[in-house]
Amino acid sequence: MVAEKKNFKHNDVETLRSRVIVERDRVTSTASTDFPHNYPGVDLAWDFEKFKENFKIKINRLSKTEMEFDMIGVDAAIANAFRRILIAEVPTMAISNVFVMNNTSVVVDEVLAHRLGLIPILADPTKFDFKAKEETPTDLNTIVFRLTAQCKHNPKASSTETDPLKKYIHSSVYSGDLVWDPKGDQAERFKDCPIKPVYDDIVITKLRPGQEVEVEVHCEKGLGQDHAKWSPVATAAYRLMPEILINGEITGEDAVKFQSCFPEGVVDVVVENGVKKAVVVNARKDTVSREVLRHAEFENKVKLTRVRDHFIFTIESVGSIEPQDLLVQAVQVLMDKCAQVKRALQATLQSD
Amino acid sequence: MNYNAAQSSAPKPPAAAMTYICAECGSENEIKPKEPIRCKECGYRIMYKKRTKRMVQFEAR
Repeated sequence: MVAEKKNFKHNDVETLRSRVIVERDRVTSTASTDFPHNYPGVDLAWDFEKFKENFKIKINRLSKTEMEFDMIGVDAAIANAFRRILIAEVPTMAISNVFVMNNTSVVVDEVLAHRLGLIPILADPTKFDFKAKEETPTDLNTIVFRLTAQCKHNPKASSTETDPLKKYIHSSVYSGDLVWDPKGDQAERFKDCPIKPVYDDIVITKLRPGQEVEVEVHCEKGLGQDHAKWSPVATAAYRLMPEILINGEITGEDAVKFQSCFPEGVVDVVVENGVKKAVVVNARKDTVSREVLRHAEFENKVKLTRVRDHFIFTIESVGSIEPQDLLVQAVQVLMDKCAQVKRALQATLQSD
Repeated sequence: MNYNAAQSSAPKPPAAAMTYICAECGSENEIKPKEPIRCKECGYRIMYKKRTKRMVQFEAR
């Protein structure tokens, strides 16, 4: 048993350095140990040339709103910095002030204002300035929308009609009812991509005959750390690449059982010389449920790990900025922060 | 005290009609001061005031 463990492939210093080890009841070797003098004879000093060689980004999926990519060869600190910046520090435009002229709908004014605030706005935030609290709104820092809706009985509807959408006119107020009111040279500046809500079918409130809503809203540039409505992502998350290591061979009916311990597509059962054999074909698909580790027959035959510097990143944009641009902007934010720290350090060095 | 005299001596402001909303049928009723509070459509006697026309500002948070 002990000898078997020793022979197990990938159970050495290199594994401890480069893998997170998933055990039955715990996860070990989680912390990064990539720093100089940590392992005898291994030079882990950070080197730009070495980084350039190892660093890889591979885009797996890309759509208007979602992107999955692999970020390989960075420390968790860096990957996490990107994740946090994506959520909280990439600016977007969002409704921040609501001026209610009239609102006789069932939704009270403050709730209506809150609902309006969460509507994603399709406007390039790089073309706007941040507006300080005491600053007056200008065409460079504010977008104005108007929303007017009045509900009436639909004269064409039959008397037995029960669907409010047919029975009444304007029974639901949608985000698409927001009408952009260009100020200054905004109409000229944004003629290629008129400013509007990202989605036109978000229900803001519902109305019944006689009720009306008349509001003016002001959008401002902001950051997710101030309020979630400015967050450009629905979620930005990563997981580490799973790895399934088999010691020796898993054959026969065990192979079938082994396969059933993983999600579909992770393990294949191949027939070699008339003997069934389990082969890991796509560890990426594994959810790392650790089901295999519960079965006695697989003890010391399988080892689950995760590659410490292989991040499977998913960015789900809210729609105002495309996901591939989001990543670029997040990187820019981090670069700006670094430049700021550098300047501050230089200033303190000079003053000494 | 003579309330009647005081009333008659002051210049009478034109009786401003206010619009109210019937609590029963939702129709708008113009009711002048001292007029019976009664809906012209359905005869209901409970009326609501209309919302102020003043603008109200909110933070969308």
